[in-house]
Amino acid sequence: MAKERIPNEGDEMQIDGGVCEERVARAIPEGFNPDYLKIYYGKLFPYADMFKWLSYGNDGKHPACDHSYFGRREFSFTLENDIYIRFQSFGSAKEMENSIKEKCPFKIDIGPVYSVDPAKRHAYAQGGNNVFAPVERELVFDIDMSDYDDVRYCCSGADVCLECWPLMTIAIKVIDTALRDDFGFNHILWVYSGRRGVHCWVCDSKARRLNNEHRAAVTDYFHVYKGGENSLKKVTLAGPVLYPFLARSYTDVLKSFFEEKLLRSQNLLASEERCQKILGFIPDESVAAELLDKWQGNRRSSISKEDVNVVRWDQLKHMLQSGKQKIQGLRRCVEEIVFSYTYPRLDMEVSKHMNHLLKAPFCVHPKTGRVCVPIDPNNCEDFDPTTVPTLSHLLEEINEGSMMMESNNEWERSSLGKSIEFFRSSFLQPLLKSCKEEMESAYSAKIKQSKNSLSW
Amino acid sequence: MEIVRSQRKPSIDASPTPTLSLYRSAPPLEVRLEDFELYAIDRLRVLKGISDGLARGKKPEEMENLVRELWKTNMRHQDPAEVMNKDIISHFVLRLVYCRTEELRKWFLSMETTLFRYRFRLESLESQRMLMTEFQLPYKALIHAEYETVKDKLVQVARSIGQSSNTDTIFFKVPFEEVPDLVGSRRVFILKGFAYVPMNQVVSLVVTQFRSNISKALVLTNRKWTSTIKEQEKDRLTPIVEALSNSYLGPDYTQPNESAEISLKDIDQLASNSFPLCMRHLFDKLREDHHLKHGGRIQLNLFLKGVGLKLDDALAFWKEEFSKKVGAERFDKEYAYSIRHNYGKEGKRTDYTPFACQKIISSTPSVGDHHGCPYRHFSEENLRAALNKMGVGGRQQDEVMDKVRNRHYQLACTLTFEAIHGTSCDTGINHPNQYFSNSQKIRQEKVTSVES
Repeated sequence: MAKERIPNEGDEMQIDGGVCEERVARAIPEGFNPDYLKIYYGKLFPYADMFKWLSYGNDGKHPACDHSYFGRREFSFTLENDIYIRFQSFGSAKEMENSIKEKCPFKIDIGPVYSVDPAKRHAYAQGGNNVFAPVERELVFDIDMSDYDDVRYCCSGADVCLECWPLMTIAIKVIDTALRDDFGFNHILWVYSGRRGVHCWVCDSKARRLNNEHRAAVTDYFHVYKGGENSLKKVTLAGPVLYPFLARSYTDVLKSFFEEKLLRSQNLLASEERCQKILGFIPDESVAAELLDKWQGNRRSSISKEDVNVVRWDQLKHMLQSGKQKIQGLRRCVEEIVFSYTYPRLDMEVSKHMNHLLKAPFCVHPKTGRVCVPIDPNNCEDFDPTTVPTLSHLLEEINEGSMMMESNNEWERSSLGKSIEFFRSSFLQPLLKSCKEEMESAYSAKIKQSKNSLSW
Repeated sequence: MEIVRSQRKPSIDASPTPTLSLYRSAPPLEVRLEDFELYAIDRLRVLKGISDGLARGKKPEEMENLVRELWKTNMRHQDPAEVMNKDIISHFVLRLVYCRTEELRKWFLSMETTLFRYRFRLESLESQRMLMTEFQLPYKALIHAEYETVKDKLVQVARSIGQSSNTDTIFFKVPFEEVPDLVGSRRVFILKGFAYVPMNQVVSLVVTQFRSNISKALVLTNRKWTSTIKEQEKDRLTPIVEALSNSYLGPDYTQPNESAEISLKDIDQLASNSFPLCMRHLFDKLREDHHLKHGGRIQLNLFLKGVGLKLDDALAFWKEEFSKKVGAERFDKEYAYSIRHNYGKEGKRTDYTPFACQKIISSTPSVGDHHGCPYRHFSEENLRAALNKMGVGGRQQDEVMDKVRNRHYQLACTLTFEAIHGTSCDTGINHPNQYFSNSQKIRQEKVTSVES
């Protein structure tokens, strides 16, 4: 995503040359406002792609298409002044487009596909049978940087920076690999949440039909970091060897990110307090005391040019993994520390229930003005949240563009173009292809069955 | 199943099946009315025992022993031919008792499934296979060529859960959705959406099937109960059925005692005198941070409802704290709804039941959460500090910690109760609202005895 960095405003003004002076005054201020949002929804929001995606092939002409499918999907809008309207539904792409343009929601959430049109749920409820229930929903994950506040020292709460963002990169890598290799899912969309985290949408038909119990099983499979505010040790890795998924995550992702990035960038062993925190993971107090002693020694004598965090970490590893530490728990400690500081922390409730809402891709975050763009899991190291297109930046591009030529596809020339192109080629097209295949094979199986039943 | 008052005619059903029933359909047996009730009470003892075991966080091996003992003690019969019948009859009677509300069905389903799981594990390999055939599970054993390609991983999984891997173990390859419990606890290898289930874990496959059968059956039984049985049997079975569910489940504290209505001005006093630690911790955190995350809000709010806090007072109480942090406006918009929801005033308008200990103990608090059971979810250091704050120190505190180490969380809470109130609590603590009402009773008695 960030391979081609979006030029900053200064650069663009150079391009415009002559009008430079004048444009400085007219440059659109950063941030968010409803008028910009109107233009964004008017010119840039990819309605057709969203409709194609959420129709899952049911908008075609094939006899097996379920034309009610898209219309049974719940959307909910957060309007200006925090007015929250749930159970919106749309019969067509045009209806959705009109409604979004008219209401100009600050936030659009996507819910499940229900058994009946959610906007008419009350009418169905009067029929007596409680038929209004969710029947399909993407398997979703929500990972939020504010859940990592005890292991990052650069920012806290809603803030993120390039020092802590690797925690999100780790989460994408670990979860994405397991979803594909372990669970066999193929159609996975990762999206920047616009401020401090990432969302994941697993869209395979099998994933959409999982019941709550199955969702809980997948979520628990990923659940390693446990315990509330009042428990001390949040990660416990029992057993003589690690489970294959955990072992793979550790060797392929966690270990290198911890040792090569976070250890230094977060200065995890640079102060007494932080050292104590890590020593707290070691159950044997004499070992912990010996290490602390060593570390206090190497603080005084600046022994080498090497980073103090790295030196101390190597000492810790040496101490815990050396031959004389026969006790299982001590050797496992190194892994427990790495898992505690790097392993993904999921918002479990979002993933466990079909009827949880999640913000739609391509929304604009009302606090940062940044667009919720897709992230390529294969190149997620390159994703840079600080260069994601902002609303004001996009509007400037439109202003410049309109001087040059009129076009229906504004976004193609905007810096959003790359994101929409990626959404189409890497996610939407393969998804629709397999939707079509599934539809055809289900249909021919049905035909075959009805023939058989005729010939009994 | 027919129920008769007269002496039962011995029914001869000598099919050589395993001792474990799948309870597919009610058997064509005649049952004496006395047995109808007695058998059900015996089975209920077993299910209650299982429920307590789970609440104490017993490990699988301990549960296996517990179930074996409970079954042996309660489900015996002097006539060996009658043992199987007692099992089946008691199951179907309780099915009638526990079909009547969602809450009852959920409890029964969960306990019967647990019972079945451990009884299945106690069966011989031979009869386990027979039961699998009886379920008509469509799975074939993994063929050797495929086994070779995943062998290393299968060994790794077995070792990771501390089991030795045996090369002649049979594996079944099934969609991962069939064994959600094994997937969730990472006790089975999964690859490309398929779980490789070893014979010694096959119980999960069978249990999934069993659970889904019973779950469907309970819904059907409920329909029959409301449409016909309840009315038809109103002089005979209905009173027994209704008595059975009440006598054993205890009060659920949905409706606060009429006498026990509390007002907002007393709430701090009540919190420090009579709230159990789990609620007192939430209460203190709320006062301190002016905020609680979702899980904490539900746990505390439902408790307060059970204690007798009126909805308007509850809204005022939460608003007072939250507005210090997020502002009154945001409280009204984002939080008030769920407070009213808990009181059954929003959404599907269910009047939610305050959480019992078992539910609180089995919850999984995450980052930033303060709910759950302190005896289970606090580190030793934090728990000791919390106990000191409640005035439980010294030897008493050590005794509490001792119970905690043995995972007797409810007993630890009971000991805390006894230490604070200076009296014994023979019934034990099963529900935070019970803790509260027992505490209030004792305090009032003390006040009256001082006055007189």
